[in-house]
Amino acid sequence: MPSDIHAISSSQNARFEACVLPHLDAAYNLARWLAHDDADAQDVAQEAMLRAFRYFHSFHGGDARVWLLAIVRNTFYSLRTKTGPENAHETFDDDVHAPTDEAPSPEARALLAIDVSALQTALQNLPHPLREALVLRELEECSYKEIASITGQKIGTVMSRLARARERLKAELTGHSTEARRHDVQ
Amino acid sequence: MMCNDARLLLHAYLDDELDAAQSVAITRHMQNCPACTARYAEYTQLRKGLAQASLYRRAPDALRKQWSSEMLSPRAAMPAVQVRRLSVPLAMAAGFVAALLLAAPLWFYGLPYRSDDATRLVDDAISSHIRSMQPQHLMDVVSTDQHTVKPWFAGKLDFSPHVKDLAGEGFPLVGGRLDALGGHNVAALIYKRRLHVINLYQWPASSTASDQETTQWHGYTVIRWTSDRMRFVAVSDANEDELKQFVLAFQNDTAAPPTR
Repeated sequence: MPSDIHAISSSQNARFEACVLPHLDAAYNLARWLAHDDADAQDVAQEAMLRAFRYFHSFHGGDARVWLLAIVRNTFYSLRTKTGPENAHETFDDDVHAPTDEAPSPEARALLAIDVSALQTALQNLPHPLREALVLRELEECSYKEIASITGQKIGTVMSRLARARERLKAELTGHSTEARRHDVQ
Repeated sequence: MMCNDARLLLHAYLDDELDAAQSVAITRHMQNCPACTARYAEYTQLRKGLAQASLYRRAPDALRKQWSSEMLSPRAAMPAVQVRRLSVPLAMAAGFVAALLLAAPLWFYGLPYRSDDATRLVDDAISSHIRSMQPQHLMDVVSTDQHTVKPWFAGKLDFSPHVKDLAGEGFPLVGGRLDALGGHNVAALIYKRRLHVINLYQWPASSTASDQETTQWHGYTVIRWTSDRMRFVAVSDANEDELKQFVLAFQNDTAAPPTR
């Protein structure tokens, strides 16, 4: 690897600073929402930045944020497989998570008074595939196309996962969570 | 359209990802379906909840420091890579970075270093903006009403700041704060642009007007200008175009009465 040292030219280094560093917050935000705690999130973000720096020569224009977020996501999943065998096999079956019938309920009106801590807990309780889609959409304001390119999924999958993520979040917040959770593969 | 189809498309509609024909179809469906309309309202509410800035996790200082421009320059000491689970590829990558730093050629030393007053002001403004984002630091007076915010500054400053709400342009005023910048006591107005916060600083200036100057630094944009014997500095992590739009809205609004 160190033999690659000449591959990175001076202009590339300056470009890294200009293109990638501004997205450090975005990288950490995604890492933090995927990882278990602050320390893990810092590890993920740090390693992702190192990978980004290392592979920057393979970045040929386009959206640096999307490129970096895809690296953060891959880093998270690869670190998790390495270090956490107990939860590394969380699988996600789109069919199992098909939307449950949800009629607007009186409790649903309680959404009007969403408090941050409830929302945070509900978001943390979402399975990773749903959580990452929602975080990218609502916190990073990514388009479906950007989310699809970060997660390597089809746009249709992004759309249905976002729908499910929101349905689940709403169910958690309005106390209908037990049924939805029973289907989870934890 | 059936409710079952609408259930999925509702989200895409909310995300503004439908083409014109589908958008028309879904709005038509909602006109005739109170259940879907109610659902849509709930998800709109949920989205508002998720837009609360405190859910966004900004990079901690330790990480930011490691990836600052000083870290990429050879003048700084070797970065302490604090990773608990140092994997082999990571160790190699870290070694690679270290090697690069040690072997950094002369071009590194040619990087421009900010020293003059103007850039110091930009640095100050960004530091102040970052500090203001820390909990409990953003606002001294919380109000979306310019007629509350403006009088609040009276007696606290030796000038009367220009205060206006730009909610109509998509930049709602959310409050005000006293701050100090470059040795001046300044008025800071806080505006929002979706999830982003915009700090607008102002204080009396000796010159009447000057050209607008835009500076970028690590994802923050700073725009400085002078008008009506007031010096203005706007700082935000919103993108440059949006901040320019904000500045334009603020400047244009000087002549016209506010819309509120």
